[in-house]
Amino acid sequence: MARMSAMSSFWRGFSGGLPFLLVVTPFAALFGVLATEAGLNLTQVMVFSLATFAGAAQFAALQLMQENAPTLIVLASALAVNLRVAMYSAAITPYLGEAPLWQRALAAFFLVDQPFALSTLEYEKRPELSIPARMAFYAGVLTPIAPAWYLCTYLGAVAGNAIPSGIGLDMALPLTFIAMLGPMMRTVAHVVAALTGIILAILFVSVPHNLGLILAGMGGMMAGAQAELILKRRGYHG
Amino acid sequence: MDDTKVWIVIAALSIGSFLLRFSFLGLIGDRGMPEWLMRHLRYTAVAILPAMVTPLLIWPTDDSAAPVPERLAIAGTTLAVGYLTKNVFAAMGVALAAMVLTYWV
Repeated sequence: MARMSAMSSFWRGFSGGLPFLLVVTPFAALFGVLATEAGLNLTQVMVFSLATFAGAAQFAALQLMQENAPTLIVLASALAVNLRVAMYSAAITPYLGEAPLWQRALAAFFLVDQPFALSTLEYEKRPELSIPARMAFYAGVLTPIAPAWYLCTYLGAVAGNAIPSGIGLDMALPLTFIAMLGPMMRTVAHVVAALTGIILAILFVSVPHNLGLILAGMGGMMAGAQAELILKRRGYHG
Repeated sequence: MDDTKVWIVIAALSIGSFLLRFSFLGLIGDRGMPEWLMRHLRYTAVAILPAMVTPLLIWPTDDSAAPVPERLAIAGTTLAVGYLTKNVFAAMGVALAAMVLTYWV
């Protein structure tokens, strides 16, 4: 097949990204609502979403700030939730590593689940794509998603100001995390990691400065990694 | 919430998130990562999220909170729906319905 133009790659990415609006917009709106309920002002909510573009990690930071956790714990936990983007960065580098630095920096800023998943799929399917065409596809995926993320954060924040507090919203953030967790339980090792995290979090609940959370997270992570090794040795792949 | 602290968290989290994303793409390049490190990264989110949530369910901080058995029931249902459907929004829909029933009915 002849070289695909960057323009057609852009539009392929764009149409691939569109369905993800269904996922991105409610999350963004929910963040706007909950951040406002937590006491952040509109500027803070918007800068938060604009500058971090991080989904679950933003929710985690919000929850821990509400608990008055020390800043370092807030940051360590939120970044731990977001560590998967380092994996994405490693996995996408073989395809985009040759692009100009400013383009790589821009791509890195917006490296989240949807552009990663769609782009790596596309790059595998069409290895003949030039670097500009690959970048165009990536930009195409983000063109509907990123503005929608910002717009819906804003709408959520405005709506959040109108919602009275104390109507069970203390449960809204925890339940958001739990809803995210179900689909993450892809293998036995994931379940082991989660269960270990739960048990250690209960055991370490009186450790000061929310440090118990970090210890529980590290314990769960190591348990998951160990479980994966053991299961592999026994020949499981599920 | 303390304004200064909020701004510090926003600034540091955006820099940190960017560095995680830029790590290989901009700094390390196409050299791969040791397998043991990848293996641990795979389980960080799935370990830290439940560790964060569990104490909130068992020891609610809010006086208006629902009693613990109800909270655990709602949480368990949400988790089960998310696990079985593999769909975050199905789980959130059920969670919302359960909250409405518990708090407002």
